[in-house]
Amino acid sequence: MLIARVVGELVSTHKHSSHEKRKALIVQPLDLDGSNRGDPVIALDAVDAGVGDRVLVVTEGFGAMTSVGRLQSPIDMAVVGVIDRLDLHGSAEAPSPIGQQNQS
Amino acid sequence: MFLGRVVGRVVSTVKDPGLTAQRLLIVQPLKPDLAATGKQIVVLDAVGAGANELIYWCRGKESSFPFLPDEVPSDGTIVGIVDELHLER
Repeated sequence: MLIARVVGELVSTHKHSSHEKRKALIVQPLDLDGSNRGDPVIALDAVDAGVGDRVLVVTEGFGAMTSVGRLQSPIDMAVVGVIDRLDLHGSAEAPSPIGQQNQS
Repeated sequence: MFLGRVVGRVVSTVKDPGLTAQRLLIVQPLKPDLAATGKQIVVLDAVGAGANELIYWCRGKESSFPFLPDEVPSDGTIVGIVDELHLER
């Protein structure tokens, strides 16, 4: 799973039927220091997350399909959790800076 | 899933029978600000996307599921046409 931040929503009327009635979120994967990790991706929402939320994203088909409740459908990524807090071991300063986002 | 734009198509006569009647489109992956990112890729189409359309596509085994019960050898398929993107400022 990836830690990511929801940065937007995608609106589509003409799409595969398995994606209907599910929000498509644009999520930016993050490193532990809060910096961007690669390009944003699109994930279906299984937990009613919103823009600005820090979330957990599964990036594998079976997990994504199961969480959204649509088996055998073309879903490769889903938001499966909203992150409250990260506890990092072995670092003196807590809490982690992730979440205070760079707006790049 | 990933954002992209349809930039071309592939015409192939000799191919796996599972690909018969499938449209092979060339997609340029995009970032949410619509800047190109990465290299173009050939994908199948499950929604009837056309030239220059903004789409989103899915990768992996899941990309063959729209065509069930046909078993289509796909590793990337367009699964939606994008109307709007709402981005955080």
